Amino acid sequence: MNLNLDFGAILERWPMFLDGAILTLQLASLATILGAVIGILGAIGRRSRNPVIVRICGIYVEAIRNTPLLVQIFLVYFGLASLGLKFSAFAVAALALTINVGAYATEIIRAGFDSIPRGQIEAAEGLALSRTQIYWHIVLLPAIEKVYPALTSQFVLLMLASSVTSQISAEELTAVANFVQSDTYRAFETYILVAVLYILLSLIMRLGFWLLGLAIFPRRRRLRTAL
Amino acid sequence: MGGSLNANHFMFLLQGALWTVGLSAIALVGGGIVGFIIALCRISPNAIVRIMSAGYVQLIQGTPLLVIMFLSYFGLPAIGIPISPLAAASASLTIYVAAYLGEIWRGCIESVPRPQWEAAEGLALSRTQRMAKVILPQAIRIATPPTVGFMVQIIKNTSLASVVGFVELARSGQIINNSLFEPFLVYSIIAVVYFALCYPLSRLSRRLERHGGPGRLELEAA
Repeated sequence: MNLNLDFGAILERWPMFLDGAILTLQLASLATILGAVIGILGAIGRRSRNPVIVRICGIYVEAIRNTPLLVQIFLVYFGLASLGLKFSAFAVAALALTINVGAYATEIIRAGFDSIPRGQIEAAEGLALSRTQIYWHIVLLPAIEKVYPALTSQFVLLMLASSVTSQISAEELTAVANFVQSDTYRAFETYILVAVLYILLSLIMRLGFWLLGLAIFPRRRRLRTAL
Repeated sequence: MGGSLNANHFMFLLQGALWTVGLSAIALVGGGIVGFIIALCRISPNAIVRIMSAGYVQLIQGTPLLVIMFLSYFGLPAIGIPISPLAAASASLTIYVAAYLGEIWRGCIESVPRPQWEAAEGLALSRTQRMAKVILPQAIRIATPPTVGFMVQIIKNTSLASVVGFVELARSGQIINNSLFEPFLVYSIIAVVYFALCYPLSRLSRRLERHGGPGRLELEAA
């Protein structure tokens, strides 16, 4: 074994890695925003009075959480194609990731809803708050505040999992790495560099979520408790 | 088109499913052993050991499994270490699972109530005795539901071994699809098989969570 590492040829191609990293972040942000919306709707659906809606949301969550992302991506990719719909690899990747993270977000936010004590809602009713006001101020915001750490780690995991979309040739960071390593024959250095970039991206996302948390949950800031 | 789905295809899928189970078992045992060491290192009295193990966890949890997989399968041969798909997949999954199980188990060990540690110390048990006889037996009970839950993640993650050419369930699906050109049908079947493997574990994990570990179940039965 002769270990002579040469990062020169790899680092020369930094604009490609930058493009890949930006695309990964775009995929992750898009899926995070849409996934959070699905998660909130799904969690509301799982607590609905209509048993059909509860069942549909339950099946969605279980089906997604018990099958691999890779298979889900292939199903979306080939499913859309067999319906005769043509989308870019980026759109398919974003859609598959959204469907995936939506199920996890549903489960996490539902746990948040379940943690709201009944007495809080009764107190709000006693104060003559409207149904919408109760849902927004007493249920939704405090629930999300409680599960915020779990929710954001799920979104960071999603960003890492977006590497799997390289398998349907979305041009994100891992796909760039695969291209560069076949071009330079420097596989070890390429994947080390990409691993470092992913670690940086996850740190950036965690910092972003921390700042976002300070912005949307001012109570935490005033109480000076850690998120 | 390349013919229709027949019994041979299902035999091939079954073989793939067995490899998925086998690879999951390797990852669980390998990742479990390394993860247990990581968990102990994370609560070590030695600061350097603590920082090193925390660094390991942070590094691995910040890297996608797919990149670890590529790094071991394409990266190691590039620096002169030849490796088979099975070895690359097993090594990557072990490294990956160890970081997550280590962190889960550290949480479980630390959630054993403080007075238990103090009582063990008060009885003049050594550090090893305290761990083996007082803390770990209780931590195992706390750790069972999340560990069973994480086994679902392991099974799902073995699907990524397909990218290094290891023929497990997802890869056997790809191979069948290459001759049939029925991707939606084939991947639907694959998804159903994964679901059949994972869903019972998910249910078990939730059941254990509600009943507070296997020990409690036995007590309730008795």
